[in-house]
Amino acid sequence: MRLIRHLGARTLDRVATLGRASVVWAQAVWGLPKIGDIPLLVRQIYSIGVLSLVIIVLSGFSIGAVIALQFYTQLARFGAEDAVGLGLALVLLRELGPVVTALLFAGRAGSAVTAEIGLMKSTEQLSSMEMMGVDPLHRIVAPRLWAGLICLPLLTTIFNVVAIYGGAVVAIQWLGSDPGGFWSGMQDAVEVWDDIGKGTVKSVVFALVVTWIAVFQGYDSEPTAEGIGRATTQTVVISSVMVLALDFLLTLGMYGDFK
Amino acid sequence: MSDETFIEISDLHFSRGPRKIFDGVSMSIPRGRITGIMGPSGTGKTTLLRIIGGQIRPDSGEVIVDGQDVCRMSRDELFEFRKQIGMLFQSSALFTDLSVFENVAFPLRVHTRLPEEVIRDLVLMKLNAVGLRGARDLQPSELSGGMARRVALARAIALDPALLMYDEPFTGQDPIAMGVLVSLIKNLNLALKTTALVVSHDIHETTSIADKLFVIADGKVIGEGSPESLRSNGSERIRQFMHGSPDGPVPFHYPADDLLYDVLGDSAG
Repeated sequence: MRLIRHLGARTLDRVATLGRASVVWAQAVWGLPKIGDIPLLVRQIYSIGVLSLVIIVLSGFSIGAVIALQFYTQLARFGAEDAVGLGLALVLLRELGPVVTALLFAGRAGSAVTAEIGLMKSTEQLSSMEMMGVDPLHRIVAPRLWAGLICLPLLTTIFNVVAIYGGAVVAIQWLGSDPGGFWSGMQDAVEVWDDIGKGTVKSVVFALVVTWIAVFQGYDSEPTAEGIGRATTQTVVISSVMVLALDFLLTLGMYGDFK
Repeated sequence: MSDETFIEISDLHFSRGPRKIFDGVSMSIPRGRITGIMGPSGTGKTTLLRIIGGQIRPDSGEVIVDGQDVCRMSRDELFEFRKQIGMLFQSSALFTDLSVFENVAFPLRVHTRLPEEVIRDLVLMKLNAVGLRGARDLQPSELSGGMARRVALARAIALDPALLMYDEPFTGQDPIAMGVLVSLIKNLNLALKTTALVVSHDIHETTSIADKLFVIADGKVIGEGSPESLRSNGSERIRQFMHGSPDGPVPFHYPADDLLYDVLGDSAG
């Protein structure tokens, strides 16, 4: 009996949280874009996107290099070294690019957004803004939400390009694959919609989810030191799980017919 | 409602969880005067300010500010209405990513389309009024607590509000900063004819500037009137509060068992 009651309370609590999150999201998305808000947006794009570039480029390069290394050693056994390029490109564009970028983004930018908004809340900055007749959902939350939506797909593209370059360095420069086979195999196999397009759809969905979680966790955090710490952790944990789960569903939905 | 009344609160009820914060509070706050709201900590004085500003909706009752019913406003109307309110937060709540100048300029930039030179002049005038014109380029982290509160005050008066609400303006200030704030609040009221609402438990400072006082305890107004009348002929509870006696009708102890039993347990018997 107690268990049922407990479960019911938990469920109600979750549903209420989801409702609050939706209201915050809807209000914030409605808030932009206006001409006057563009400087705010640019500033957030800088701190969310540009400052994430280093980690994206470094990770992209090493992941591309490592994939090329593994592919090469396996494929060389069948004399199929030329397939390294196409394998690398497909894996990155379809799966690893959007997923890894979203995970890194949640850790680097999502947690920062949560902590920043949470701290603003605990120091009454959001409250005082509200009392000045300025809606913090428009002023604080909306620019971060939109900046995340714009940045993550772009970062994914950059990640893919750098990773392919990293793979090429390993396969061609180091292991001595034939550059012609590497690049032409890639060019033959990659379809604009099927690979690049669907990968982009994924990264847009991840962008929506990760920024939504980050912004809401900050806005809804308990205004104490532990509360903000918890909210920041939650952002990374929930975002990561959601990204991985959604990736599976999206792959299933978009590529279909596996059997 | 007469022209003399700026805020009319009638039969306000509000509870947080099982705890009743307000249990039938009614008060009328005169226009253009300084009104003090006093009471022990934890009696919901800050909550009252938030209800007046529309950040919290009461369970029942009416709050009429300058003829408008705050509790019935839509979200958009509330944000419009708040442009005529200035509030000084206990924590000052300065925007930490903006300089002192930009903090004071913030409401002007958001709510007006004034040219940059006019904004500059206005901000410097407001900062001059609180004596911090020279601190315009500092960041909030470089200010002392008293200075931060004065900057917050300059920001609160940036749009020349009709109502200024001070949340515990004297708490945590050294004696000099306290004196500065007292005279600032008084002078601003004289100069701008702003209705001021000072929530505080600092009896001495509040009584020295307020024209009218309300004392709140246990969710009710237990006394109202001019400072003199309250000091001389209030009930015993009010006199205890006004004179700062530690024990009296408002007990020193949080409700508990007898100390002897608590410490010694059954062996006390």
